[in-house]
Amino acid sequence: MSNLNELLAMGGYGLYVWGSIGMCAAVVVAELMVIRLRRRLLVQEAFDERTTEEPVA
Amino acid sequence: MGSINWFHYAAPQRFYPLAGKLVPWFGALAVVLTAIGLYIGLWVAPTDAQQGEAYRIIFVHVPTAWMSMVVYLAMATWAAIGLVFNSRLSSMMATALAPTGALMTFLALWTGALWGKPTWGAWWVWDARLTSELVLLFLYIGFMALHSAIDDTRRADRAAGLLAIVGVVNLPIIYFSVQWWNTLHQGASVSITKAPSMATPMLMGMLVMALASWMYCIAVALARVRLIMLERERHAPWARQALGSLT
Repeated sequence: MSNLNELLAMGGYGLYVWGSIGMCAAVVVAELMVIRLRRRLLVQEAFDERTTEEPVA
Repeated sequence: MGSINWFHYAAPQRFYPLAGKLVPWFGALAVVLTAIGLYIGLWVAPTDAQQGEAYRIIFVHVPTAWMSMVVYLAMATWAAIGLVFNSRLSSMMATALAPTGALMTFLALWTGALWGKPTWGAWWVWDARLTSELVLLFLYIGFMALHSAIDDTRRADRAAGLLAIVGVVNLPIIYFSVQWWNTLHQGASVSITKAPSMATPMLMGMLVMALASWMYCIAVALARVRLIMLERERHAPWARQALGSLT
């Protein structure tokens, strides 16, 4: 591999090689985003629960 | 190492902060190792004489395929410990590993298809290796579906845990499929019993990427198990405190 064009072309297999690496990257990003979203939802729910509890106390 | 009292960390309120400290380390290692592994795999490693540049898919295919089996074994082990000792945290670990294992299996199949098309001329064949790996994906999906179908969390842990343990039978089938049957999938180039049959930079790139996948899976599973702990124990004082500090 000598330059960027060659790296992208992958000797004619660019679509296959980058399609593999790209999907791995996409899955990793998606997994991390789902965890982040799940945490935010949980924190929000816990916060709502606490604020509705307070008037009783 | 021998002096660490592991049971001390079996309680979620003690494991939660420990896992929180470990996640960034494993995450950072995953990032650094992936960078090194891709550099070796895409830049340093020479072109394969038979497969051309298409062979470079192995740098993501082999690690994800290995992890699909390793994560399953870890998940089943935690599930078994959870069943035998009735320990909550073990079952939570099993539940936390399932989505990551399923994704690794999906990636192994996806990258395998993209390798198969230029090399074999087919995206998919019903060969023993490919079919048993697909069964692994269904096992992961079955585990998650069964777990979420049962309302009582501890009952869900036990039912799904049992499924995970029974499914372990599929692992040797995947691993030895290339020896037991006449498959299209090539045999192992790297194994415990014999010297690897590939060039050094290729092997190095693959091993570094495999290590990176290990680190990634550990980091993500720990991050997810922390969430599961908070979700399940949200009314316990420690969890309320932890949740309060996140707002």
